[in-house]
Amino acid sequence: MVRGVRIKDHWQEQRLFERRAIVAGVVIGLMTLALLVRLFILQVVRYDYYLELSQGNRVRIEPVPAARGMIFDRNGNLLATNQPAYQLELVREEVPDLEDTLARLVEIGLLEEDDLDEVRRTIRSRREFESVPIRLRLSEDDIARFAVRRFEFPGVDIRTRLARFYPNGELAAHALGYVGAISEQDLQRIDRAAYAGTTLIGKLGVESAYERELHGTNGFREVLVNAHGRPVEKQGALTPELRTKAPVAGQDLLLTLDLRVQRVAEEALGDRRGAVVAIDPRNGDVVALVSRPGFDPNLFGRGLTRAEFNALQNDPNRPLFNRALRGTYPSGSTIKPALALAGLVHGVVNPDAHRFCPGVYRLPGSSLAFREGRSGRHGPVDMRDAIARSCDVYFYDLAHQLEVDRISSFLAPLGFGSETGIDIGGERPGLLPSREWKRRAFKRREDQIWFPGETVNFGIGQGYFLVTPIQLAHYTAILANRGVAYRPRLVRALRDPVTGEVRQLAPQKSTEIKNVTPEQWQVVTEGMIGALRGRGTAAATAGRNMTYTIAGKTGTAQVFTVKRTESLDNQKTVPEHLRDHSWFIAFAPVEEPRIAVAVLVENGGFGSTGAAPIARKVMDTWLLEAAPDGDTPPPSFDGSASPLVTRVERE
Amino acid sequence: MIYEEISAESRARRTLTGTARMLLALKLDGPLLIGLALVAIYGLFVLYSASGQSIATVIRGAIRLGIGAVAMLVLAQVNPNFLRRTAPALYALGIVLLIIVDVTGYVGKGAQRWLDLGFIRFQPSELMKLAVPMTCAWFLHERPLPPSPLTLLVTAALILVPAGLVVVQPDLGTGVLITIAGGLVLVMAGLQMRIMAALAVLGVIGAWVGWHFLHDYQRQRVLTFLDPQSDPLGAGYHIIQSQIAIGSGGVFGKGWMNGSQAQLEFLPERQTDFIFAVMGEEFGLLGLAILLLLYLFIVGRALFLAMQTQDTFARLLGGSLALTFFVYVFINAGMVSGLLPVVGVPLPLVSYGGTSMVTLLAGFGILMSLYSHRKLVGS
Repeated sequence: MVRGVRIKDHWQEQRLFERRAIVAGVVIGLMTLALLVRLFILQVVRYDYYLELSQGNRVRIEPVPAARGMIFDRNGNLLATNQPAYQLELVREEVPDLEDTLARLVEIGLLEEDDLDEVRRTIRSRREFESVPIRLRLSEDDIARFAVRRFEFPGVDIRTRLARFYPNGELAAHALGYVGAISEQDLQRIDRAAYAGTTLIGKLGVESAYERELHGTNGFREVLVNAHGRPVEKQGALTPELRTKAPVAGQDLLLTLDLRVQRVAEEALGDRRGAVVAIDPRNGDVVALVSRPGFDPNLFGRGLTRAEFNALQNDPNRPLFNRALRGTYPSGSTIKPALALAGLVHGVVNPDAHRFCPGVYRLPGSSLAFREGRSGRHGPVDMRDAIARSCDVYFYDLAHQLEVDRISSFLAPLGFGSETGIDIGGERPGLLPSREWKRRAFKRREDQIWFPGETVNFGIGQGYFLVTPIQLAHYTAILANRGVAYRPRLVRALRDPVTGEVRQLAPQKSTEIKNVTPEQWQVVTEGMIGALRGRGTAAATAGRNMTYTIAGKTGTAQVFTVKRTESLDNQKTVPEHLRDHSWFIAFAPVEEPRIAVAVLVENGGFGSTGAAPIARKVMDTWLLEAAPDGDTPPPSFDGSASPLVTRVERE
Repeated sequence: MIYEEISAESRARRTLTGTARMLLALKLDGPLLIGLALVAIYGLFVLYSASGQSIATVIRGAIRLGIGAVAMLVLAQVNPNFLRRTAPALYALGIVLLIIVDVTGYVGKGAQRWLDLGFIRFQPSELMKLAVPMTCAWFLHERPLPPSPLTLLVTAALILVPAGLVVVQPDLGTGVLITIAGGLVLVMAGLQMRIMAALAVLGVIGAWVGWHFLHDYQRQRVLTFLDPQSDPLGAGYHIIQSQIAIGSGGVFGKGWMNGSQAQLEFLPERQTDFIFAVMGEEFGLLGLAILLLLYLFIVGRALFLAMQTQDTFARLLGGSLALTFFVYVFINAGMVSGLLPVVGVPLPLVSYGGTSMVTLLAGFGILMSLYSHRKLVGS
């Protein structure tokens, strides 16, 4: 055989192929064995490990928000509840073109151009498959408008969820507050874990102060999810047991507010700016807490567009501002009863001695003239007349004799210059001036000196002295109770929504003034009764046709500073917003006071015409009109369950 | 010759059952057919579960299976001599089509694997899976074996040119499979052991060099294979989830349609490349072992058929087809169970979609033709 020329040997080639095939068969067997070993390791040796991994993959914990507690007035009228609301929701991954979809939603009026940035941010912050609310608070009209074009909006749909509902709208809005989306600030004061699943939080008033009680405890449920985190129904044989924990609904709040009184007060104020605070002096129960103008808290609970919020925020009448707790005003003459008490306690004045009021007061050794308000001159007046007829000259002199620091230290226990401690918080302390205060408050040395003329002004509640309506109501309650007062409160009981068990909150005594004798109280009270009788300042308004005894005091707080030497008859010449604020405080019935009221009407002119009639209506409603369910006495001091509570329970 | 044939047929008529006679007439191999059918039916059951109980998917899978069966039946009738003679032409056509695909893919800026013929999308690379081993077998058929160095070089070129064209599509997985299909022809032709060893060394060096030419996603596959945990939610996700699926199946599995990994969509590509993991989760080690044994039976039978053939072309092509089938199985099972990197090779006869099922069954059709026409081969 010549080298290089190979002849095909079929028999040998067949043998070669067979050998190769056998080797290949062995190799294939070995490789299969390797696979089986690998599978054995996965499925037998490490079975437990992988089983656990596969279980952990599949269960997601989903929070179940608790139903927020409901709020009732003292007679069991519903003030706040939860109601299904319709909202527009969007699932990102089902929307073909997000920008186009949003633009078209704007076109048909379901979204507003201004809110788009906010909407985009919300969508981005959630996962692709999550249903994101893009428009809350759909009206019937909106729903109808969307329903007919639904097919044009894949991935967008209408969903229902529980929203806060205030059946009485604006009524008592400032007392109740509202709920809104949880803000960054809110996040800092709450336990985030406890709020997982909660979308709304109390923002003001009772809703905010009792957030903890109202919120309840969120539950959770474990859901089977697929790899995209989407819940699935499908379950295999090895499905882990899914745990659930039911949420515990928040507690219901039983308020001290009386819806009837509240409504009367709000209607009496009408369109005027102002505040009404009515307190039951026997326990501090706030029967009415009004600040006008108000707002509709439902807007917040169901979502507010930016435009709507801006409108509220920028309204010159400041509807979001709670005047009752945060508005600080000169007290005007309403402070005179306290001045009188101070004079009596310090023995600088004889209540029965008549002093002559010439209509103008001059400090000894000074040419400064302090003039009377409206009434010109009162002639000879004793202390009772001076209170009843609001004689400025009498109190100019009394203040001058008392000196500023004795006035301040007497007023402090009456609650001035500090918060009353009302349970919903948010109060301003006002301002109680003193020599010490002035030294600290002013930078320039010449300003730090307290001038005698400032004390004189203090005597009629002008100058630096600032009070809030709640402070004046609290002070009136102290006058009514002759030295004893309770911390004002809006919530008197909590009720477990499941068991119906009611936990009464005991009234807290906050004031006890002991250095005033009964006779001294009597003098001042008589002066205040006089204000509603005969020649008293409010006799013609609040004092008309009384069927019970009222003790009251008018007040006129200056906004526009006019020199006391000038004419004070500014009601026609100055613009409305610079006119005097009108005050009236009163308690009744004098023999056994059950209500103490403070009314403020901003720029309402004289106290007797602006504020006094409102106070009278409030007192009439509380004292004369039977509670809707028979004459239901308010809860007694010891906190035992009243018939009212049982009535609420039955509902 | 003629006498022989008649004699064989007449003997068969006397001894075989009706079914066997029909199979014989159709040029099909009964045992191989049974093995394929069992795997295919098993696969359809798993597909039903993996697709989330979609009967429509199962029907589409069955239709594809039917198309493959038709291709198998047709090719089983074709005379091997005709196959051998047309192999070079088929190969040339495949090369032209691959170039067209590459060019249009380049123009279209992106991966391009198929030609749109209007009524059907056709992947030339699938054609090459059969055309390359056929051409190699044709080329070696005339030459003495084991192959001489020159023969070896030419054969290597016959393999690597189309493989290279497929890799640049880019479709590394199919490129590798084409190389393996051709290479196995050489191995069965008696490629010397020392050359194989040298090739292995070259392969390692080549891999090191080739690394720099890989696409990012291809590199990522390799890196993730080496350490899946490094990117559990990204590239490693497939491997981790498929191992969880298989591992949590245990010995007996979670039961049909009860595999949480598969049913809850944790497992990606669960109807296609990763269907092996669905089987592992739902039928456990037992189910996978049965599947592997069925595959082993198919490969063994195919090798046996190849051994029975009478000429070089038939032996080499038959051996290559049988072994390539196993390579498919091994690569897919290996990648899903974490032995091999993820290279996108479907599980033969089980994975849903793609044209590979048709190609595979066509290959078995060729194999059956080679076997059933063995007595006619020669000249």
